[in-house]
Amino acid sequence: MKLLKKIALFSMTALVFASCKSDDDGGDPVANTTVDFTFTQNFNGAAIANSDYETTNYTNENGEVLTLSKLVYLVSDVTFTAADGTVYDAGDYNLIDARNGTNVNFTPGIEIPQGDYTVSFTFGFDDEDNDLAGGYQDLNSSDGSWAVPDPLGGGYHFMRMEGMYTNSIGSIESFQYHTIRANSHTTLPPGPGTLDELIDTSFVVNLGTVTIGADTDIEVQMDVAEWFKNPNQWDLNTWFTVLMPNFDAQMDMNENGAGVFSLGTVNQN
Amino acid sequence: MRLGVLCRILLLVVFLSSCEDKDDNLQQYTATPAPLEVPQLFEDNILPPVIPDDNPQTVEGIALGKKLFFDPILSLDNTQACADCHQPENSFSDPRRFSVGIDGSLGTRQSMPLFNMAWNFNEKFFWDGRSVSLEEQIFQPVTNPIEMDNTWPNVENSLQDHADYPALFEEAFGSTQIDSVNVSRAIAQFLRTLVSANSKFDRAELGLEPLTPQEQNGLNIYLDEGRGDCFHCHGLPNNPLWTDNIFHNNGMDEIITDLGFGDVSGDPREFGHFKTPSLRNLAFTAPYMHDGRFATLDEVIDHYSEGLVFSETIDPLMKAVSTGGVALTDGDKADLKAFLLSLSDPSFINNPDFQE
Ligand code: HEC
Ligand code: HEC
Repeated sequence: MKLLKKIALFSMTALVFASCKSDDDGGDPVANTTVDFTFTQNFNGAAIANSDYETTNYTNENGEVLTLSKLVYLVSDVTFTAADGTVYDAGDYNLIDARNGTNVNFTPGIEIPQGDYTVSFTFGFDDEDNDLAGGYQDLNSSDGSWAVPDPLGGGYHFMRMEGMYTNSIGSIESFQYHTIRANSHTTLPPGPGTLDELIDTSFVVNLGTVTIGADTDIEVQMDVAEWFKNPNQWDLNTWFTVLMPNFDAQMDMNENGAGVFSLGTVNQN
Repeated sequence: MRLGVLCRILLLVVFLSSCEDKDDNLQQYTATPAPLEVPQLFEDNILPPVIPDDNPQTVEGIALGKKLFFDPILSLDNTQACADCHQPENSFSDPRRFSVGIDGSLGTRQSMPLFNMAWNFNEKFFWDGRSVSLEEQIFQPVTNPIEMDNTWPNVENSLQDHADYPALFEEAFGSTQIDSVNVSRAIAQFLRTLVSANSKFDRAELGLEPLTPQEQNGLNIYLDEGRGDCFHCHGLPNNPLWTDNIFHNNGMDEIITDLGFGDVSGDPREFGHFKTPSLRNLAFTAPYMHDGRFATLDEVIDHYSEGLVFSETIDPLMKAVSTGGVALTDGDKADLKAFLLSLSDPSFINNPDFQE
């Protein structure tokens, strides 16, 4: 399964490189098709553009005023489920840097027949992907390393959201809202041998039914405010830093994540 | 794992063989290929090195680049070589806080150590990222008035008039006609061979040598978000580069005078950002930071522990800035330092291939 995923990814890349042959066979009207995704971000509905980072103040549900500096997140296993139950899963992954706009456009490496599908993806990596033997060279090479330290159970970050907020005594403090697989420890700080339990806190986002045509582009919206809102009202004053080894914080992030993503505009080009 | 390697080779083959026809007649002369040897840890963990299609590594190119790197002929008055500010025994950095140019003038930035540059995937070079490839980078010191202060026509003439160089350029690039582009290509090839991957820590990762309990604990502090949290910028064991090659403000100045990356990008949000240096070979590269302000590693660790100051563009990973930092204990500081030093690679600075 894993090997297949890798092969799919690599042959996809190979195709891209080989495609300078310019021999477009422009015929078959019912050819299988790839599907494009565009990942966008907003705060309570207000679109977040590059120019908003570090400059625009947002107020979270708990009333803290914050700015964002960094917003990078991982999605994987985009899946198309047809009405007859057939499942198409490209099995690849995409690391999105919202501020720089890197990989906000993503085309999973799979071609599917046109038609109606339930479209879903995984936020982060499920345990199977997270623990892939040998890891991922591209993710290890991103952001210094997108990986999670071994004492915290290894695997990869799901999201790095970082910024500044005004704390309860009125001074500016930084926050690092990093989501990873929840890990609990017999004693803190974490170290070799302290790891007690790991819980898979990746989650599946179901975008609902989408009609896939010859050239469909699906917008996936992230409402950043939701990370702080529902069902757990987040108090940055207590949970602003060292959240990676904070088991309860990771569980709350996982619950709040359920409301973060939604289907945006679907363009049939 | 094996399959991963196979896939990458396949990919490379596809990549190299696609669209080949377009430069058929440029390929009349080919020097002896000398593919970069990728260390095991790099092979296993990170992406392949960045080598431009138009400047493959060759035996003759590397040899020529090395000769040029150590030769003062590139400077206006024949007194200064690249190696004067990038000395092998200092991991190709300069022990002086600011390097001295041919006319005695001082720069405002510390020299940078040179290694593993083929794995700078963003290809932004210098402390402020103003060069976008190694080949391009090399154009700068030669003409920089506070460095070698030369002109390219002058360099080309002196090399052309030299007894050996025309033949060496012919062997490397197929023509005795010397131009600046081939000078930069040759030096870039040599610089790409400067690979450092044999520190004590590397050997420990490969199971060849154990870390001491102190070094092990130092790694733990480095990885602990509540204490070091160095890894979010300087990387993890599965990124043997020990840098993200990205630009940050790590809290050194309240008032920013050198705009760094922000000067290049023009974005005020990046004022005072500098490229994260690798933590490899720190034993040989003092002083530290873009302006060489810290003479010792202890000063660096004290900075992160209690010396942080706030400015608008400070990175959110810098914690407890209002009190100067998270205040490590003396024991933690000593262990962190021991770990950092385990990333130094004496075999790199002693490698005979890299000496004049
Ligand atoms: C007078 C001293 C001096 C000389 C001579 C000199 N350099 Fe440098 N080098 C520096 C300094 C200082 C920096 C950092 C400058 C900055 O970032 O603004 C630097 C940076 C570099 C870098 C960037 C490394 C990185 O990781 O971004 C490379 C590569 C480099 N030099 C190569 C060379 C080569 C090749 C030559 C000879 C053609 C050379 N240098 C000559 C002082 C010197
Ligand atoms: C926000 C990212 C970031 C974090 C986190 C970080 N650093 Fe750095 N580090 C940098 C940058 C950027 C520089 C260069 C700054 C400059 O010169 O202006 C640097 C410089 C250094 C240097 C000097 C290296 C040289 O060759 O000059 C050392 C040593 C170092 N850091 C160690 C550490 C340690 C130890 C930690 C954890 C306690 C740490 N860093 C945390 C970004 C970071």
